[in-house]
Amino acid sequence: MTTRRDFLQFAAVSAAATGFSGGLSKAAATQTITQDDLLKFDSKGKLTLLHITDIHAQLKPVYFRPPSENYGVGAFEGIPPHLVGEDFLKHFNLERGSALAYAHTMVDYVDLARSYGKLGGLDRMATLVNAIRADRGDNNVLLLDGGDTWQGSYTALKTNAQDMLDCMALLKPDAMVGHWEFTLGADRVLEIVDNMAYPFLASNIVDTDWEESVFESTAFFDRGDTRVAVIGQAMPYTPIANPRWMFPEWSFGIRAELLQENVDKARADGAQVVVLLSHNGFDVDQKLATVIDGIDVILTGHTHDAVPEAIKIGSTLVMSSGSHGKYLGRVDLEVSNGKITDYASTLIPVFSDVIAPDAAMSAKIDEVRAPYEKELQRVIGKTEGLLYRRGNFNGTWDDLICQGMIEERDAELSFSPGFRWGTTNLPGQEITIDDLYNQTAMSYPSVYRLEFTGQRIKEILEDVCDNLFNIDPFFQQGGDMVRVGGMGYTCAPKQVMGSRISDMTLLSTGEPIDPKRSYVVAGWASVNEGVEGPAIFDLMENYISKQSVINVPKNDAVKISGMD
Amino acid sequence: MNLQRRKLLGGTVGIATVGLLGGAANALAAPEDVAAAIKAIAGDAEIGSGMITLTAPEIAENGNSVPISVSVDSPMTDDDYVASVSIYAEGNPLPEVVTFNFSPASGVASASTRMRLAQTQNVVAVAKMSNGSVFSDTRNVKVTIGGCGG
Repeated sequence: MTTRRDFLQFAAVSAAATGFSGGLSKAAATQTITQDDLLKFDSKGKLTLLHITDIHAQLKPVYFRPPSENYGVGAFEGIPPHLVGEDFLKHFNLERGSALAYAHTMVDYVDLARSYGKLGGLDRMATLVNAIRADRGDNNVLLLDGGDTWQGSYTALKTNAQDMLDCMALLKPDAMVGHWEFTLGADRVLEIVDNMAYPFLASNIVDTDWEESVFESTAFFDRGDTRVAVIGQAMPYTPIANPRWMFPEWSFGIRAELLQENVDKARADGAQVVVLLSHNGFDVDQKLATVIDGIDVILTGHTHDAVPEAIKIGSTLVMSSGSHGKYLGRVDLEVSNGKITDYASTLIPVFSDVIAPDAAMSAKIDEVRAPYEKELQRVIGKTEGLLYRRGNFNGTWDDLICQGMIEERDAELSFSPGFRWGTTNLPGQEITIDDLYNQTAMSYPSVYRLEFTGQRIKEILEDVCDNLFNIDPFFQQGGDMVRVGGMGYTCAPKQVMGSRISDMTLLSTGEPIDPKRSYVVAGWASVNEGVEGPAIFDLMENYISKQSVINVPKNDAVKISGMD
Repeated sequence: MNLQRRKLLGGTVGIATVGLLGGAANALAAPEDVAAAIKAIAGDAEIGSGMITLTAPEIAENGNSVPISVSVDSPMTDDDYVASVSIYAEGNPLPEVVTFNFSPASGVASASTRMRLAQTQNVVAVAKMSNGSVFSDTRNVKVTIGGCGG
């Protein structure tokens, strides 16, 4: 439990921040929170689980604006993580303007970003991890990496993730799982896994011929005088959301029956505590907690939800530790006679300006970036407004990308995938190659130009929307809605597939989309093999470079219906 | 350009299949056809649940080859065994996918296969026991266009 006292320490900062809206200097803010404040915790028992997830190759501190929309449906409507902004503040009793309000919500985002600065940085993360290891004892701490670690930056793309491997080797996780990792291709993944000092776990990946396990499912650890089994779960829909041709012999899926078998086997093999290290997504794991017996803790990732403390579902704790290196999740467990008797949890925001960077990690980050540093710093433009991605329907970065594809590929409409990774640029900031690749760095970047009928466009939107808002979380794939340029529509998340999308309108003429007419559509990140077209990062570099200042107009082309 | 278009559409097995059949929705089976086929197996026996477990993915990774498996709780003795298990795909042009016949000598009543699914639909497995009783299990398998998650 994050205690009331922990919150009050942050509240002390908030008083100063709210009393001086937007003008508070970074120095003033940083004088009030300290590294010790971030580490302060009423520990429990002997065993500590540390969880990092969805770093998306962000070695350096980042701005990352939390979403304005994160709708839940069915049993998950209006509960964490489907709370944003003021609702989030109210639910978790956070004061507007406080450090935690800044870390978790978009309320007053730009002002608070200027006050509190960036979050994350693997060297700051290393400092926190090492401090907790020193405090609790190395033999009592497990550090678990929830995956999406090896993709999302210029250097990860150019080095085939070697930059991340070299840095993570210093952080010494005890195990990891994967999702975007697989977009390096099966050969590279196997090459890495064979040489890694810690296991790459996947209970739910089998080969397509014989349905035999491809990776280890479970790793055992003796920590905190407890035998702990960690079972791994890769993103179940990787072959659907990402190109299956890059790992054609591997089949994924939730595979709940197989997971139950692996949990039972871990118990039979003497595990006192069973941890699921998961890349399923928060809602999938909330449901999983109700259908699988015997999991004590689920450390969940994929949906990038940052929740200040673990939630309890039946006898299972579910901890969701955010993304982009912004947070370190901590769960302490008191175990007696093989049973968990008490626990405490917190999500530590990694305020980069108040944490002393770990020297060894800083040096390693500099080393892996050095060959590319000049290119990373190259300025290609400047933004007048806030550029961000995360949100169910659109963000300004994707608005910009959609417009760029329409203009550079001479299309009527454009599609940009609903990725949840990608950092934020503040108003007035320059846009560098580093920033551009934080939105676009991936291994299937071609921008296609195709003709789709209006009917087909509707089918695509309905299909993607059902991946996001299916009432059964086991059918949710964990991305946001595909972003659409050049077209407006109305979305009703609570309807069923086929009935969610209506009022499709071509913005250039104001006319309804004709189901029978063909439209020229540009888009990137197609999961099909052999897609032709320029890479999205090259296309967008051209597009941004042509403009003296980027100014993304307000976008209200998507109307939401049936959600309060 | 044609190549790309073909590949993009290739992800949508359902639509491709319907197209080959002239776009006629009535070329696909209806749940009633499957119900009739099951009735033919069951005769007057009531169709029970439990005993039989059908395992299938929630969402197909490849609609052209969807792995499914089925198992039935049975001692598989001369007096009490599973005679057959039939699999149906409610939304395929030919809904009767396969029938596995068993005998006490089979030892266990379980089987796996792969099937093509033309579109999102129910897959139904029906077990007929040696005493004439009948059990079924149903899974809805989604076939998606996919490709925008992350």
